[in-house]
Amino acid sequence: MCGIIGVIDRTMARMDGSSIKEALSLMDERGSGEGAGYVAYGIYPDYADCYAIHVFFDNLLEPKTRVDEILKQWGKIIHQEEIPTYEQPGLKKEHISWRYFFKPFADQKVGTTNPDDDNVKQLVMDINGNVEGALVFSSGINLGVFKASGWPEDVANFFRIEDYKGYIWLAHNRYPTNTAGWWGGAHPFNLLDWSVVHNGEITSYGTNRRYVEGHGYQCTMLTDTEVVAYLFDLLGRRHGMPPEMVVEALAPPFWDVIDQMPEKEEEFMRTMRLTYGSALMNGPFAIVVATKDGIVGFTDRIKLRPLIVGENGPRLYISSEEAAIRTMDPDVESIYMPRAGEPVIGRVIE
Amino acid sequence: MAEPLVIDVKGMHYSPLNKMIREAVASGVKEIVLNNVLGQRFIGNGVRGDAKITINGVPGGDLGMFMSGPECEVFGNAEHAPGNTMDRGSLIIHGSAGDAVAHSMRGGKVFVEGNIGYRGGIHMKEYEGKRPILAIGGTSHAFLGEYMAGGIILVLGIGHEPAVEDRGIGSGIHGGEIVIRGDVDDKLLGVGAKKVEFTDDDLVRLSPLIEEFCGRFDIDPTPFLDTNYSRIIPASARPFAGKYTWE
Amino acid sequence: MSLGSVPLKYKISIDRDQCMKCMRCVDNCSYGVYRIEDDKILIDSRKCTACHRCISMCPRDAINLKERPVDYRSHPLWTVEAREDVINQARTGKIILAGMGNSVDYPIIFDRLLLDACQVTNPSIDPLREPMELRTYIGKKPSKLEFTKNNGDIDLKTKLSPNLKLDTPIMIGHMSYGAISLPAQLSIAKAVAKTGTFMGTGEGGMHEAIYPYQDHSIVQIASGRFGVDIDYLERGAAIEIKVGQGAKPGIGGHLPGEKVCADVSCTRMIPLGSDAISPAPHHDIYSIEDLAQLVRSLKEATNWEKPVFVKIAAVHNVAAIAAGIAKSSADAVVIDGFKGGTGAAPKVFRDNVGIPIEAAIAAVDQKLNDQGIRNEVSIIASGGIRNSGDLAKSIALGADAIYIGTAALIALGCRVCGNCYRGLCPWGIATQRPELVSRIDSDVGAENVANLIHGWTLELSELMGAAGLNSIESLRGNRERLRGYMLDQGLLDVLQIESMGA
Repeated sequence: MCGIIGVIDRTMARMDGSSIKEALSLMDERGSGEGAGYVAYGIYPDYADCYAIHVFFDNLLEPKTRVDEILKQWGKIIHQEEIPTYEQPGLKKEHISWRYFFKPFADQKVGTTNPDDDNVKQLVMDINGNVEGALVFSSGINLGVFKASGWPEDVANFFRIEDYKGYIWLAHNRYPTNTAGWWGGAHPFNLLDWSVVHNGEITSYGTNRRYVEGHGYQCTMLTDTEVVAYLFDLLGRRHGMPPEMVVEALAPPFWDVIDQMPEKEEEFMRTMRLTYGSALMNGPFAIVVATKDGIVGFTDRIKLRPLIVGENGPRLYISSEEAAIRTMDPDVESIYMPRAGEPVIGRVIE
Repeated sequence: MAEPLVIDVKGMHYSPLNKMIREAVASGVKEIVLNNVLGQRFIGNGVRGDAKITINGVPGGDLGMFMSGPECEVFGNAEHAPGNTMDRGSLIIHGSAGDAVAHSMRGGKVFVEGNIGYRGGIHMKEYEGKRPILAIGGTSHAFLGEYMAGGIILVLGIGHEPAVEDRGIGSGIHGGEIVIRGDVDDKLLGVGAKKVEFTDDDLVRLSPLIEEFCGRFDIDPTPFLDTNYSRIIPASARPFAGKYTWE
Repeated sequence: MSLGSVPLKYKISIDRDQCMKCMRCVDNCSYGVYRIEDDKILIDSRKCTACHRCISMCPRDAINLKERPVDYRSHPLWTVEAREDVINQARTGKIILAGMGNSVDYPIIFDRLLLDACQVTNPSIDPLREPMELRTYIGKKPSKLEFTKNNGDIDLKTKLSPNLKLDTPIMIGHMSYGAISLPAQLSIAKAVAKTGTFMGTGEGGMHEAIYPYQDHSIVQIASGRFGVDIDYLERGAAIEIKVGQGAKPGIGGHLPGEKVCADVSCTRMIPLGSDAISPAPHHDIYSIEDLAQLVRSLKEATNWEKPVFVKIAAVHNVAAIAAGIAKSSADAVVIDGFKGGTGAAPKVFRDNVGIPIEAAIAAVDQKLNDQGIRNEVSIIASGGIRNSGDLAKSIALGADAIYIGTAALIALGCRVCGNCYRGLCPWGIATQRPELVSRIDSDVGAENVANLIHGWTLELSELMGAAGLNSIESLRGNRERLRGYMLDQGLLDVLQIESMGA
């Protein structure tokens, strides 16, 4: 059991992290103090064209030397620094959080239509799979994940997330079950532009994992949520599917419903299920995924986890609990509960 | 009549709050008003007696769980599983509620003015004089009355045509009845559920409930006092009979 | 010097107090164990095969059978079987022929695999109340969806290849008319039609009695090409090229002329009473590109409307071979493990050649996944699948569906006596003798086989529900939901599963 909340301001007006911290803390009952995290989009305007690579280092010696080498081999480090942190009595600092602002060399990758993203994806897989003592936990442009083992308020204060301003925020309060609470296991999970927070458990993880592994991803975070980020990257970025379609692939209608669809729709969904059967996600889950263009929330096909949506003008909220949304925004309107598997989408308006 | 006990629960944890409620009810307080409720779980949990608890705000999950006697009136939405394993008393919710409303409810009433989520009334049961009631003004998502073993679920579908559009109604039902305004598409019926005609006798039997529900939410009951309902009952009290063979 | 006789394999006795001399045993035994003399039922136990026909027909439970009534001196190496085989071959100088599957006591990997269930962190699902999807499509799948976006509308460009739609991932494998009787095959055909799945015709062509069920048939084309013409190919819902069989990898088959009766001769399109010999290889396939050629030839002949499967025996290099097949335009790979059944196989092959299906599924699934093409081809597993537990484990290891053979025959009465090659099957299954064949009523047989499929399907649903899965896709290759029970590290690595407790 975990608590999740996400918000987007569709006009891209930026919000600091103070209210989401409060909202997440309200759901402390859903966590266990073993992990919490936040991701915000639009927080690095000074490096708006760089990949912001956040890394947990066990120390700044060998692991960092190796990561520096890998990054320099594949691109240029525009700037790097330790992510500012502030000691909290309730939080044990287990890693040094570091960030690089990185530009990949455009000509280093062939055979792809998206060389920069593929380049960064590959070096993330390389570092996380092969460099002991280093874990890339955030790798998108103009966004950043902040997470650790601890209660939401401690993690927020540790990174002082109120100092960051973003137009999308996702947050997660963890009650770990599959694996012990460790910093890398906290949510959000991120790869490139994709960030994921997840409540529940993916019982199809083994199948989904094999599927993404067959397509060039490595699961290194020891938990099921990671695979969601990779599925979105594969289907959304590499197969070019819009988020509604990705959700249709991951939480498709039941066959008996598909059988009753009009012919064209039936063919579409049947083809979708045959193509992406191994991407179908089973088990109880409520998930919110973010990219720079928006957020999408959805639950499993039989709605085994809660998900509530609220709107207020340009702002769209998605959370495990209505109370959390109201904590962020007491004036929220049109609270509703989406159907199982129904995508709730908030897109930025350019 | 004593003054109601008014508590501003802003920022309060549910544990001290419930302690206060329990002590107040034990000391004879008949009316409690909770203001600024936001996410506090377990309100009224296991409380006996006949107090009235007014909840202004959005209470957290398991509202009135194991409750035996009091009435909780909520001015706001309720979250997951209000009326969970409730024994006696009532929940009156001026708003909507989440999933698993009235889960395993044994007795009393849960009235929800708006909609409910998935698995409403799951495994409601009845025994002798105890016959739980779940009444919904709006609509319900899938698996309504799943595994239902007793009691009544009423869905008026106000503002929703048809009243229920989600699958699995009464899936595994082996006791009790589900009454839904208007016709229900057969393909929405769950395994073991069967639809029967809603008769004049049924109307006579259920009119007091319909009137009471409407009365609580200031709705004119007249348009609902006809036989335009579908009644869903168990095809058998033994849905698992015939599933097994002996070793 | 005479070798004398070896002891009885089975000893039959009759409880004379119970026996009412109804003579059913006498009538039912096609091996001649019983005869009447002076109003007494006499027994020749040496002829007994332990087929249990007499026991199951005796209204008084008066018959008893004891296996190995005579002890040998026990010896761990020189088992009774080893000694008797030597004696047999010393006598005959021939290859020992055997029926049914591998009878060596190899460890059964299925029995060392444990399935998972939900507790707390995810709810189990009751398949009777909530949707449970077992529908399985067998055939080629696209690697990705191709579509175009036209102002918000999505137009699908991908065209699916033909797939078989199964209501349950249990199919019945190829047992030819000839190897089994027509009523046996007809029972199976009716059963698969009833349960929304498919059966293999085997390599013996299709008898016209099966035509009404042809939409549920997979027609097989083997090295002997018996009964193969364009009509036959068009009748099948799918076509299967049989390269090998788990019970006898690397060798061909041989239906003795005695079994080639008039009907078999006309179905196979060979002369009456002649041996039907299937060569070891297909003589138009000496390499992988030749296989691709045959696959495409079959597809061309049938207008690319039929999925084409390729069946191979699970041999040591099965993964690489399957990967080659996957790239040949074939729609599914059938892997037959070394415990698969057979009507007749040289014992030395049956008991020694090939690998178990569990390891083969895991290896093939992994190899295809490594190459990024797992999703594009289906894997059908067979060879020693005994119950729904084996079925669930096969799928969790990576199979899309299974074939059962022996289990279906047991549902028709077979007691696995292993004498199929003698053509005297008292259950009317592995025989063409009219008086024996007539013992199967195909409607009753169909009911029994359909019951079996239904029972396993229910159990599979329950297992999946307990594991919190409501769709078969999510079980497939989900090795996280398996644990090994005292398996060695080498095998755990091949199966890519953790040990129990891990």
